[in-house]
Amino acid sequence: MLQAVPHSLYFALSAALFTIGAIGVITRRNAIIVFMCIELMLNGANLAFIAAGNMIGSIDGMVFVFFIMTVAAAEAAIGLAIFVLIFRLKGTINVDEINLLRG
Amino acid sequence: MDLAFIDPVFGWAVFLVASILALFCSIMMVTRKNPIHSALWLIVTFFSIAVIYLSLQAQFIAIAQVMVYAGAIMMLIIFVIMLIQLEIEGLKRGRLSGAKIIGLFITVILFLEIAAALMAFRGSAAKVATASTTPEGMGTVASVGTALYGKFLFPFEVASILLLIGVVGAVVLARKRKD
Repeated sequence: MLQAVPHSLYFALSAALFTIGAIGVITRRNAIIVFMCIELMLNGANLAFIAAGNMIGSIDGMVFVFFIMTVAAAEAAIGLAIFVLIFRLKGTINVDEINLLRG
Repeated sequence: MDLAFIDPVFGWAVFLVASILALFCSIMMVTRKNPIHSALWLIVTFFSIAVIYLSLQAQFIAIAQVMVYAGAIMMLIIFVIMLIQLEIEGLKRGRLSGAKIIGLFITVILFLEIAAALMAFRGSAAKVATASTTPEGMGTVASVGTALYGKFLFPFEVASILLLIGVVGAVVLARKRKD
């Protein structure tokens, strides 16, 4: 008889997603793709929260993921507005060429 | 309420399909040159992660994942990619490749650390998993809403203020300068 999916597989998946996101953040140079990789890392962390909450039978993991989603939405609004500003100012969003806090 | 656990075989099938899809699409997202293609692959990744949330009995979070991440945030990102003139990243050799190799090395070490921590966690939490059973209807909108408006009322209100600050900040940043 086949057992249900063990929680360690969910944790392994979340670690893999987090690592793929981290590789993207380190290797890509386009600021928007770096931002999307950060969203992927947040999703990996969310998956770990949900799996742990399911494992101990608690609802706190879901509440925590809800707040992480809230912060991610606010971060997306502010971050993308900053990207548009930087593009207007410098004409590029390559993170290697953005090295000044003021134009 | 058990969506995926009517039959363990069905649960395994859902998990395997969704997790392989998530990993494949996230790898495609990291490796695509065109930012629009990356964004579209990331949307598929978010959908498959929502399926995994469903199999973990987190219905509310799965719906919120589709609406907030795959809907709102990715729509915003695609709009900004289209606002900003696309520049296809060239394959730069030389100065960057050394940094990339070091970065990949550090990231692999990070993955090994996370895996080791998870193995230790599984060993220490084995008795917790057997002791508690998942309550009926744990992840429904009703139970999550009860927790949000009861036990977590103050953090919930603080989160709404955070969203307000985010909206005002985005408008202030993105408007045209008058001077």
